[in-house]
Amino acid sequence: MELMLLLFIFVLAAFLGFELIAKVPSQLHTPLMSGSNAISGITIVGALLAAGADDGSMLTTILGTTAVALATINVIGGYLVTDRMLGMFKKKDSGKKGGDA
Amino acid sequence: MNTETLINFAYIVSSILFIFGLKMLGRQATARRGNMLSSLGMLLAVVVTLIDRQVVTFQWIITGLAVGGVIGFACARLIKMTSMPEMVALLNGFGGLASLLVGWAEYAKPGEPLSTFTSTVIVLAVFIGGMTFTGSLYAFGKLSGKLSGKPVLFGGQQIVNGMLVLGLAVAGALFVINSGVGAMGPSAFYALLAVAFVLGITMVMPIGGGDMPVVISMLNSLSGLAACAAGFVILNNVLIVAGCLVGTSGVILTIIMCKAMNRSIANVLFSGFGSDATAAAGNSEGQIQGELKPISAEDSFAVLEAARQVVIVPGYGMAVSQAQHIVRELAEMLEENGAEVRFAIHPVAGRMPGHMNVLLAEASVPYEQLVEMDSVNPQMPMMDVAIVIGANDVVNPAAARDKSSPIYGMPIINAHEARTVICLKRGKGAGFSGIENQLFLLPNTRMLYGDAKASLQAVAGEFKAMAEA
Repeated sequence: MELMLLLFIFVLAAFLGFELIAKVPSQLHTPLMSGSNAISGITIVGALLAAGADDGSMLTTILGTTAVALATINVIGGYLVTDRMLGMFKKKDSGKKGGDA
Repeated sequence: MNTETLINFAYIVSSILFIFGLKMLGRQATARRGNMLSSLGMLLAVVVTLIDRQVVTFQWIITGLAVGGVIGFACARLIKMTSMPEMVALLNGFGGLASLLVGWAEYAKPGEPLSTFTSTVIVLAVFIGGMTFTGSLYAFGKLSGKLSGKPVLFGGQQIVNGMLVLGLAVAGALFVINSGVGAMGPSAFYALLAVAFVLGITMVMPIGGGDMPVVISMLNSLSGLAACAAGFVILNNVLIVAGCLVGTSGVILTIIMCKAMNRSIANVLFSGFGSDATAAAGNSEGQIQGELKPISAEDSFAVLEAARQVVIVPGYGMAVSQAQHIVRELAEMLEENGAEVRFAIHPVAGRMPGHMNVLLAEASVPYEQLVEMDSVNPQMPMMDVAIVIGANDVVNPAAARDKSSPIYGMPIINAHEARTVICLKRGKGAGFSGIENQLFLLPNTRMLYGDAKASLQAVAGEFKAMAEA
């Protein structure tokens, strides 16, 4: 039964995703991509559970720790770079003052 | 309230934050706050996971967080905006690999043999995650110029890919049937791992540089689906919801990119576009009328000085020569000279979705000045000058006229309808797709040869000289 529940959530989330993102101006395509990329780093939750478990298996710990490191790069890198990018999108008035680039 | 309930409640809040975050990312005014909201959701999910009773040791978690945090921070701060496509590719790859490892760790966990369900979703996590990882690394290599951006084709490629998919199915089935244990279980797992890695590479290999926006958004989608599969492995809702949202957003972007090229996903993935077009262009060379008419920087200045309506069409060439800052300077000079300047952005210009927008934003071009293809095309006949900077296929009128052209049917920016077209181009070679651009041969087109940045600096220099005189 729990599996059906998970599948149910999956299907609903898929439809929600399509509704949410269907109309995004092309201006925001890159930030949307890197921002959603950061969200895919949610796998860090699974990585933490594996790295923190004390099940006597060295392999699990190694795999888990590596996964934590990789997912953290994904999360931190993804959010920060998206923020940096969005910070550059300016309106006309503020744009004239020149960039921080 | 016990801990487990609290954790699950927090996961629901995280999911809501992701949903609102993504929604707000879709509008200019709220995008930055949306990104922050979604990062808050992530922070919450991480913090509550640490109080899970499964988590008993912290030294490895801290190690992983510290290493990943430093690398991630450094990447985000140090990366140049022109390198964004490869950065996004790399981050996708890391996410995919992390999901693979989560699946693997569940398999490596000592305990009872896996249930059919768990072993099936582990296969999915490993397969999708592994493909995402090597595919992204290969795309990173192509985008950063470490590997050739040209499509790589070899004889029997389709057969090899078919065999790989078959191998994947067999290894996956054997793994599930044996519940991952016994003589067959582990070897089936490693075979699966190896095949997934190879398939990622052979998938991206035949795709040419100009099709990269499709590949990047597809890999983005896959990294989300890998996280989703990992969510099924550890039976975790927040992974399923978040991964699924990313998966669908990637699919939508992929579809938008394909539509912008009037091609199907299958065509992009499997045709090795551009490799055979070179030969076709060579054969039909006689059909193309007209000749290339070069123009000097001084003459370009004279044309621009008299112009009142100017449209700038940037392409990958602008990214390569890092010309975005001088482009903005020139646009400002033109405006001071009384002209109205706008930038026409094709959805697939560059190497990732929205590539040109990011570069121009970096150069502080206000986003109101950027117009999309559909809104600029009707105004094209009113334009005095169209400046095409390193864009090629996205302005090739053959896409609208020539049925034999490989890009026939692709929506383009109608730069050719402007009174005068100035094309900045490095040399006389054809574009990435190997197609001779008919725009360059039209009577109203002038070619300004040389590095885009240097050429624009020369034109801007003329404007400065005029201002001082």
